[in-house]
Amino acid sequence: MTPRPTPSGPDVASLRRPARVRLAWLLAVLAVLALVMLASVAFGSRVVGWADITAALGGADETLDQAAVIKRLPRTVLAVLVGAALALSGTVMQGVTRNPLADPGILGVNMGAMLAIAVAMVTVGLSTATQYIWVAIAGAAISTLFVYGVGSLGRGGATPLKIALAGAATSAALASLVVAVVLPRGDIAENFQSWQVGGVGGAGWESIVQVLPFLAGGLAVCLLCARALNSLALGDELAAGLGERVALVRGVAALGAVVLCGAATAVAGPIAFVGLIVPHMCRLLVGLDHRWLLPFVTLAGAALLTAADVVGRVVNRPDEIEAGIITALIGAPFFISIVRRQKVREL
Amino acid sequence: MSTTTTLEAVTRGRIRRGRRRRAVLTGLAVAVAVVFAVSLMVGQTFYPPADVLAVILGETVPGASFTVGELRLPRAVLALVTGLCFGMGGVTFQAMLRNPLASPDIIGISSAASAAAAFGIIVLNLGETGVSVFAIVAALGVAVVIYLLSFKDGVAGTRLVLIGIGMAAMLNSATSYVLNQAGQWDLQAATRWLNGSLNGSTWDETVPVLLALAVFGPVLLAQARNLTMLGLGDDAAAALGTRLERTRLLSIVAAVGLIAFATSATGPIAFVAFLAGPIAVRLTGPGGSPLVPSALVGALLVLAADFLGQFAFDTRFPVGVITGVLGAPYLIFLLVRTNRAGGSL
Repeated sequence: MTPRPTPSGPDVASLRRPARVRLAWLLAVLAVLALVMLASVAFGSRVVGWADITAALGGADETLDQAAVIKRLPRTVLAVLVGAALALSGTVMQGVTRNPLADPGILGVNMGAMLAIAVAMVTVGLSTATQYIWVAIAGAAISTLFVYGVGSLGRGGATPLKIALAGAATSAALASLVVAVVLPRGDIAENFQSWQVGGVGGAGWESIVQVLPFLAGGLAVCLLCARALNSLALGDELAAGLGERVALVRGVAALGAVVLCGAATAVAGPIAFVGLIVPHMCRLLVGLDHRWLLPFVTLAGAALLTAADVVGRVVNRPDEIEAGIITALIGAPFFISIVRRQKVREL
Repeated sequence: MSTTTTLEAVTRGRIRRGRRRRAVLTGLAVAVAVVFAVSLMVGQTFYPPADVLAVILGETVPGASFTVGELRLPRAVLALVTGLCFGMGGVTFQAMLRNPLASPDIIGISSAASAAAAFGIIVLNLGETGVSVFAIVAALGVAVVIYLLSFKDGVAGTRLVLIGIGMAAMLNSATSYVLNQAGQWDLQAATRWLNGSLNGSTWDETVPVLLALAVFGPVLLAQARNLTMLGLGDDAAAALGTRLERTRLLSIVAAVGLIAFATSATGPIAFVAFLAGPIAVRLTGPGGSPLVPSALVGALLVLAADFLGQFAFDTRFPVGVITGVLGAPYLIFLLVRTNRAGGSL
C-alpha cells in the first residue's frame, strides 16, 4: 500500500509490471466497477432486489423499487463519468508537472471552474449546461495557468510545495469570491451546497448528454498523450533528446486534463482528491507506464467516485452525504501520507 | 573613536525604531478606536456620539438603547475581541514556527475549532461554555496531531504547512458533513462555519471570548520576550537563556485557546490570523515583539471588514467573505514575492 511518488528517476523494476499481472488487475478493477455500479442502483434510502433491477433496466417502472432504480441510473452514470474524468485529469496533471501532489481539487482548478460559472450565471445569465461547460473549461484553464505560473516563479521552478501552496491559496481566494458573487443572488444561492461541496445527487440525463462530448474529447486527447507522458517522466532534456516536442506535448496533455476537470466540475461541482488518490494507488498496481496507467486510472476513478456516492447514501440513511465530502475525508489522510513520504528537499 | 560612533549609531537606531514603534502602536490604537466608534454610530439610523456614549454609560435613550446597546455594541465588541484574539494567536504560531504560512487558519487549527464548534452547537446542543471547551480541546488535539505527523527527523516547516493544508481540507469537509447531517445547511450556517460571520452577535457569545482574552492574552504577553528569542532559532534561544519547551507549551496552549474561543463565537474569520502578523511587522519594522501590534491589526481588520461588508455593498456580506476576498490576494502576493526572491518558504 505504499504510494509511490511520480517517476523521479529511472526505476526500472517498478516501471514495468509483468503483462499477466497488469491484465489481472485490469480485470479486477473492471469487476469492482461493475459491482459498485450495481450497488449504486441497488442501495439507497430503500434497497432494491435483483428482480426489480433487471425489470427496471428492461424499462419497467411499475413498482416503487423499479422507479427508484430508474432514478438512480443517471446519478450512477454521472458518478462513473465524473470519477473517470477527475482521475484521468489528475494522472495527466501529475505527469505533466512531474508533481506527486497535483490534483484538480488541490490546485484550485475546480474552484476556478466554479467561479467562472458563478460569474457567468450572475452577469450574463447563462442557463444551458453546454454554456456552463464552456465557461467552466475556460475558468479551469485560467486558474491552472495562474497556479502554475505563481508556483513556478523563482529558484527551483515548480516544486511540489510551491505548486501546492499556490493552489491552496488560489483555492481559498476563489472560494471566497464564489461566495461573494453568489450571495447577492438569492435564487442562485439557494443551491449553495453544491457550490461548496461537489456531488452527483442532482444528476439528470440531459446534463449527462451535454457533457459527454467534452469528456470523450478530453479522454481521447489524454489517452493519446500516454506515450509522450512516458518520455516526459524521464525529464525535459531526455524527452527532447528522444524526439518529443516537450512544450507541445505538455500543452496538449494539460489542455486535455483541463477540459476533463472543467467539464466534470460543471456537472458535479468541485470534487477534490479523486485525481490524487487514484493515480498513486494505480501506479502500485500496474506500474508507471502511462499506456497502461491511463486506461486503468479511468476505470479505477469511476469505481472510486461511484463507491463514494454509494457510501454517502448508505451511512446516514435516509439523509445523503455528498460524494465530495466522502472523497475529502478519504483523500486528505492520503495526501498527508504522501507528504510524509517525500523528503523535505523534494518538497 | 570608531567604537563610540558605532555605539552611537546603534543607540540612535534603537531610539528611532522605538519611536517608530510607539507611533505605529498609537496610530493603530487610534484607528481601532475610530472604526469601533463609527460602527456604533453608523447604520440604518445615525446616532450622534453623545447618544452612543449615553447608551454605553447605561442611560436609556429612546431607539438608541436597543439599536446601539443590543445590536451594534455586542457586534462591535465581538469584532474587536475576536480580531485581537486572531491577530495575537496567529502571530504566535508564525513566530514560533518561523514561517508566515504556519498560521492557524492555514494549517487547519481554526478549521478544527470551527468543526468542533459547529458539531457542539448543531448536533450536541451545548451551551456557550461547553462549545468553547469542546473547540479548544479539538483545536489542541489537531495541533498535536499535525505536529506529530510532521515529525520525521525533526519538524520541517514545509512539511508541517502541507500536512496542515491537508488537515484543513479534511476538517472543512467534516464541517460540511455536520451541517449536512443536521439538515441545517443554509447560507447563514455555512458561511459562518466555513468563512466566519458576525451576524446575530449577542452578549452571550461575546463574554466567553472576552474572558479568554483576559486569561490567555497576559500569558502570551508574558512570553513575548521568549517568543522573540525563539525567532532566532532554537539553539540561539537556548543559549540566551530561554526555556524552550516551557515557552513553546505555554505559547501553543494560550494561542490555541485564543483562536478556539474566538472561532467558536464567530467561525474562522478567513485570513485574519494569517494577515495580522505580516502587516504588523511591516508597519512597525524589525525589533520588538509583534504580539500587540498584530492584535491591533487583527482588530482593525475585523472591524473594518465587518463595516465594509455591512454597508459598502447592496448585499450584506459576512465579515469572512470580505477578509477572504481581501486576504487571499495578499497571500498570493506573499507567495510570488517569496518565490521571486528565491527563498525557501
